[in-house]
Amino acid sequence: MCSGRVDLRFVLRAFLKGMDGVFIGGCHLNECNYITHGNFDALNMVLLCKKIMERIGLNPERLRIEFMSGGEGHLFAEVVNSFGKKVKEVGPLGQSEGLDKKTLQFRLEAVNQLVPYLKLVESQRMKASTKSEEAYRSFFSSEEVDRIFDELVGDKLAISQILLLLREQPQSTGAISKQLGMTPSEVSKYIKSSSRQGLVRYDMDSKCYSI
Amino acid sequence: MDEVKGEAGNFRVRLRKKPRYIREDKCTGCGICTEYCPVEIPDPFNQDISTNKAVHVYFAQAIPLIAYIDDSCLYLKEKKCHMCAAVCKNDAIDLLQTEEEEEIKVGSILLSPGYETFDPEVRGDYGYGRIQNVLTSMDYERLLCATGPYEGEVLRPSDKKHPKRIAWIQCVGSRQVQEGGNSYCSSVCCTYTQKQVLLTKDHNAETECTIFHNDVRSYGKDFETYFQKADSLPGVRFIRSYVSIGREDPETRSVSIKYATTDEGVKEEEFDLVVLSVGLDSPKNVKELQKTYNIELNEHDFCKIDSRNPMRTNRPGIFVSGAFQGPMDIPESVITASGAGSQCAEYLDHRRWKLARERVYPEERDVSKEEPRIGVFVCHCGANIGRVVDVPGLVEYSKSLPNVVHAQEQLFSCATNSADEITEMAKEKGLNRVVLGACSPRTLEPLFRDTLREAGINQYYLDMANIREHDSWVHSKEPEEATEKAKDIVRMSVARAKHLKPLQEIDLPVNKTALVVGGGIGGMTCALSIADQGHEVYLVEKEADLGGMARRLHTTLEGLDVQPMVKDLVQQVYKHPSIQVSHAATIEDVSGYVGNFATTVNSEGRTKKIKHGAAILAIGAQEYRPEEYLYGQDERVLTHLEVGERIAAGDEDLLKAQSLVMIQCVGCRNEDRNYCARVCCGHAVKNALQLKEINPEMEIYILYRDMRTYGFREDAYREAADKDVKFIRYVPQERPEVEAGTSEDGRDVLQVTLPDYVLGQRLVLDADYLSLAAAVIPPAENKRIAQLFKVSLGLDEFFKEAHVKLRPVEFSAQGVYLCGTAHYPKHIPETINQAHGAAGRALTLLSHDTVTVSGSVCEVAEQDCVSCGACIAACTYDAIEFKETPQGKKAWVNQVICKGDGLCNVKCPTGAIALKHFTDEGLLSQIDAAATEEDILEEIEAAAEEVEVEEEAT
Repeated sequence: MCSGRVDLRFVLRAFLKGMDGVFIGGCHLNECNYITHGNFDALNMVLLCKKIMERIGLNPERLRIEFMSGGEGHLFAEVVNSFGKKVKEVGPLGQSEGLDKKTLQFRLEAVNQLVPYLKLVESQRMKASTKSEEAYRSFFSSEEVDRIFDELVGDKLAISQILLLLREQPQSTGAISKQLGMTPSEVSKYIKSSSRQGLVRYDMDSKCYSI
Repeated sequence: MDEVKGEAGNFRVRLRKKPRYIREDKCTGCGICTEYCPVEIPDPFNQDISTNKAVHVYFAQAIPLIAYIDDSCLYLKEKKCHMCAAVCKNDAIDLLQTEEEEEIKVGSILLSPGYETFDPEVRGDYGYGRIQNVLTSMDYERLLCATGPYEGEVLRPSDKKHPKRIAWIQCVGSRQVQEGGNSYCSSVCCTYTQKQVLLTKDHNAETECTIFHNDVRSYGKDFETYFQKADSLPGVRFIRSYVSIGREDPETRSVSIKYATTDEGVKEEEFDLVVLSVGLDSPKNVKELQKTYNIELNEHDFCKIDSRNPMRTNRPGIFVSGAFQGPMDIPESVITASGAGSQCAEYLDHRRWKLARERVYPEERDVSKEEPRIGVFVCHCGANIGRVVDVPGLVEYSKSLPNVVHAQEQLFSCATNSADEITEMAKEKGLNRVVLGACSPRTLEPLFRDTLREAGINQYYLDMANIREHDSWVHSKEPEEATEKAKDIVRMSVARAKHLKPLQEIDLPVNKTALVVGGGIGGMTCALSIADQGHEVYLVEKEADLGGMARRLHTTLEGLDVQPMVKDLVQQVYKHPSIQVSHAATIEDVSGYVGNFATTVNSEGRTKKIKHGAAILAIGAQEYRPEEYLYGQDERVLTHLEVGERIAAGDEDLLKAQSLVMIQCVGCRNEDRNYCARVCCGHAVKNALQLKEINPEMEIYILYRDMRTYGFREDAYREAADKDVKFIRYVPQERPEVEAGTSEDGRDVLQVTLPDYVLGQRLVLDADYLSLAAAVIPPAENKRIAQLFKVSLGLDEFFKEAHVKLRPVEFSAQGVYLCGTAHYPKHIPETINQAHGAAGRALTLLSHDTVTVSGSVCEVAEQDCVSCGACIAACTYDAIEFKETPQGKKAWVNQVICKGDGLCNVKCPTGAIALKHFTDEGLLSQIDAAATEEDILEEIEAAAEEVEVEEEAT
């Protein structure tokens, strides 16, 4: 099993279970014992996941990937100590970000629901092409990626959250916007596109949307 | 080794085994003895920079991982202390051990004594031994290493501070004719220095690195780009100059170096640390070795070898591998090791498997219908785990975990009696899954899997909870927390164990036949070596005749007469009853996989299908056809190869010429081909020496960028210079220019002009002939062949080996091997090394009846597959393809090719493809179980409250 086997789902699950930080260790980049260089896939996943975390209001420093060899115990200890320190600094998950437990669970669950879609987006549009750490990092901090992210992930994430909310009970635009921290016009934009796809319907009597 | 008697096929060797004072079968490498030993000694593995104890494991990754006791031990010296024996829980210390003698019978002998690094202390080169902050590259190597004296921190000796300015001095002890130095080039130092520079910059990007060098010899595969990488880093300077040490600052202890520059004369500059790139010496005990084995040495005290087979000593049955052949780097050492190993086997082949015994395991119990019944075994690892983690407490805790029906502690789970205990308990308690709370699976997982098989349980029903490396070793000062963490780790393991599935490893039959593609020196040598060990070989050659590029070569620097050698090889191939040759052949199709290939070959108009278990690609390389320097326009412009042919043919015009100019690096080391063709410098020197031999009056100029006569070829370079061959350096920005003209004495000549940096003017050379070092370029067929065999090409478009050091003659596609210039340009002896190496690797496959494929491979649940192809794109091994099913196109994994990296698993949007043994289900349950106990309790309470609320409501 390669570090590239670490699934986005695994990371999300750890946060869902209340872990304050997730660390992924991989072999040194470009020193793959095989020919797969799957550690770059792990790096790609981590960079994407950090973007998602930012979007849902989680501190992306809670997730870290580092590359080292089996012979570098000291380096491992050093890295884990520094990460442990960092996570303590950042503080308890959700609480430090000003998110109550329910909201936090709710947002993570919304992302979790999107995983199949996120995987498609990652493999089609959000993958750095040159095999170097620098290239990966600069790709993920480029404006192009921000644009693709907004376009392909941002909207979906908002809709996923709205649907998750409506699954609990029917709600009005105002109530949704309040709970998700969006403007009412944003909410109605998403609601409109969702209702066109038949995902959401409007109940005239209660003036609420439901699934 | 005391004595060797007998002859090839039947040697008797007397060995003397020095006492280790450790019972090897008892020591587990736990390191407790080292901790308690009172004697501190300089650590030899860390170049005596840091300390170790009189009893210790030589280094962290030693194999076997067993301690030894140094002569400095108080007991051995004065019979005073036996602390180690008292603390060892496994009774592994034996201070009374004595030297043992043993005679062994062997069919062949392989000498791999390696080399010594040059010791600059003897002559006090560059102040080494006198000036504190002058180190050797070996010292520095340890400083860079995470397991080194300062745990990977680069600290200079005088003040233990990080040096900001580091200088490397190249060729220390190498390329010198003075007393005490070596005249040859050590071959490895240029590139290892570049590696050290890259690592230094990795440690601290601010460090200024300066390398004082002669030629930069980046002659190996991918070396040129590696050099460029180091050279292009900010703060790195490569300065071509001889140097001397100026002074050591009495206060800062920094060292100044004097060097020459072209424009500013001699400069003196201060550095915080100076690293001497020391060369390679022959092994220390080489004379003893010579006597014991009765072998000949060359003038440099390395093994004397025959370049027709560089792995052979003068004594039949005794072979040599690695740097004892001459200075070489790791990939070449590994290649010669495989090659020499293969030749040893030629003497032993008739006895293959005679000593092997088959293991018989009890029949596997079908537990698929049973509930998971997990047994947890917690290892004390002597005191390693036990004195930090509360093992009895952990055992009690384990018993409380769901599905755990048995838990117990063991002193050493890896000891034989403990393994028996696991087997017995499994039977007694009806266990169907085992969790071992012990060490890293890296070393002992195979052992414990075997234990499960002995108990009649599928070996994949094992999970190892690493409470040593991940816990007791790192938290030795926090025993309570460590115990809590051990509980977490075991709980996670138990959670995963529940989801483990029994997996079967597939045994595939191996077709014992080999296919060798390419009938040059490499292909023929390889075919002969395989056929000599009793296997059928099909040799496929695209031309009408065997011999390849070697048919155009006549002599080598080592004095080999190439044509008779090629003729001899061709005859041996034709006479060999087990080799079938196809001429004028094209490969049309390749199907199958390791052990079972079927290749369609068209030869002389007929098509046949060859079934074979392994394939060796030896399709050679080509000579670049220059477009520069009037080649093809003026018939006096030739390539080195053509000059060699004319010398051999006795071409009077050429041999009587007054002057000849050679231009090096034509068609490579440029933007189109960013690599060094490796052989041309040696080739130029060889032609020059031959011409000088025939016509000492001939003026010969060699225009070069870096002379890369690595290894013992350096002697020939020096000889040529002594014989008045003129070597003039040029830089790629100002290449020589060539035009037809007339010399002062009225001859029609080619005029070669280039800048002379020493005299600062333009030099004009009159040449009757111009000889170009036309590059060796990848074979024309490389892409097609690569596609057919599903193997890859490097950026330089030569074939790419699976791993440069670990698997240098294999492709990542299992069962396909590689040798000769198809891999990279190389000299004939190097091709022969590699040809035997490829044969050796192929034989490790072909000598088995079956090849075992891991059970942890990927599998597709067809109903979930949406045929998006994400998995196919993710698989580097081409193990996944679409298959037509009644439900449409679905992904399908060829489990024989799958290597189980699981990258596809992560890419699949629907979770249709799964890596067995590391399933989402298993790993997610492990993550769930990682939540702390309080969290779980909290959840349980919350759930209980809800129930109460509901109850109240009703």
